[in-house]
Amino acid sequence: MTVPATTQDSGYNFAYLDEQTKRMIRRAILKAVAIPGHQVPFGSREMPLPYGWGTGGIQVTASIIGLADVLKVIDQGADDTTNAVSIRRFFARTAGIATTEKTEDATVIQTRHRIPEMDLRDDQVIVYQVPIPEPLRWLEARETETRKMHGLADYGVMHVKLYEDIAKYGHIETSYDYPVLINGRYLMSPSPIPKFDNPKMHEMGALQLFGAGREKRIYAIPPYTRVESLDFEDHPFQVQTWGAVCAICGDGESFLDEVITDDTGGSMFVCSDTDHCGRRVAAGHKGPGGPEEGE
Amino acid sequence: MTTVRYATAPGAGLALGLKDPVHGAQTVFRAVLRAMSRPGEIQDLTMALGPTFAPPHPLVPAAAAVCLALLDLDTRLWIDGGGDGAAAYLRFHTGAPIADAPDEADFAVIADGAMIPRLDAFSPGTDELPERSATLIVQVAGLNSRTGEGAWRLSGPGIDGTADLAIGGLRDGMAEELAVNFRRFPRGVDLILCAGARVAALPRTTKVEAL
Repeated sequence: MTVPATTQDSGYNFAYLDEQTKRMIRRAILKAVAIPGHQVPFGSREMPLPYGWGTGGIQVTASIIGLADVLKVIDQGADDTTNAVSIRRFFARTAGIATTEKTEDATVIQTRHRIPEMDLRDDQVIVYQVPIPEPLRWLEARETETRKMHGLADYGVMHVKLYEDIAKYGHIETSYDYPVLINGRYLMSPSPIPKFDNPKMHEMGALQLFGAGREKRIYAIPPYTRVESLDFEDHPFQVQTWGAVCAICGDGESFLDEVITDDTGGSMFVCSDTDHCGRRVAAGHKGPGGPEEGE
Repeated sequence: MTTVRYATAPGAGLALGLKDPVHGAQTVFRAVLRAMSRPGEIQDLTMALGPTFAPPHPLVPAAAAVCLALLDLDTRLWIDGGGDGAAAYLRFHTGAPIADAPDEADFAVIADGAMIPRLDAFSPGTDELPERSATLIVQVAGLNSRTGEGAWRLSGPGIDGTADLAIGGLRDGMAEELAVNFRRFPRGVDLILCAGARVAALPRTTKVEAL
């Protein structure tokens, strides 16, 4: 569903933020692009929604978006959840821009915790909402120390953490927010996307921008940039598999959510990317259906 | 800081800024963002700026527009060879304080790329805070995406394989200085090249080879 551009609500500057704030964020974005994977501090503003709802992503989107843009917002892959709907509406009202649920029609995609299944194009920008931008934060609480570690590319502690996982569980436990190395230099948090999405970041055609509102950091991955998920030669990086297909569209390749359907243990798997699933259904693909349909 | 003297009062000969400060600045920023995230790719601002945008000599439209989009009272600006007219224009429209020396500047406008100071004259930031580095807005005689004699082959983040760029009127020895700039990553300066209404960028991550 695409909603065409309208006129913005009066009383606000275009896209809510004042021009000086946008300039400050734009300068931070340019430095972030020039230093891929490095977290650039910025003066995060109070937004009309709480921290944790995507204030960082919204400030980045507000600073880059223009009248010609078409905005898509997803929350865990879905276009129709509260967070996605309210952020889309926020920009439709404060900027009067067109919004869409179709990945291919969007020029700017703001996301919470997923990357669309469809390959993103060279003329698209994806903006990630980030809760904790510092990948080393759970291993080293002091910002002064983590800054030094990034300055020296001293990331041994992360490898030790992954090694300890293997020693304890036989495999690396991290299944989302899986640490990546950008262009062979900076260790970076990909935000809490499932590790299933990590390979999509590698040499992606679209520009990737990350905004953390509460932590006041912006970082970026330019297009066609090396993004490696940390691993070991004898324990190579692997993504999740399900051994199931989407109940609605039958896709066995996309990221699936398990949905509980009753209180006796019944469940079904469905695509997390609702636009992807809808497109497949429209093209005639059909899944096995949920348990209630099977009975 | 030296006292600022406005060469002319607004309305009495001072050239106009962007026609639409909000959407104009956004369009210019997106072009610069695209240039910075795709090193060597040339963006054309002719349509966005319109025929009435005429910054004072020696500023070219692209360089002036980038300044108006990115500078304000929080950015220290150093102007190399701009003369009083350019300084007064940028001071009036952006409010940016003028830096006394290149290494104090967040942004530097280089009026003539053939006379650009050595890159190590500008702040490269530190290993811990590499974002505290200068962005150089360099006016050059020409920008062309052509290959062959005199062109550079670019590679690195933002470039799918390699890209070729021919820059007219840039001081000799810049390829070597850019190689040094590339090697000291994460420290370094980032270049925004402007020719007329055209813009291209060379961030510190771009590897430059002379063809």
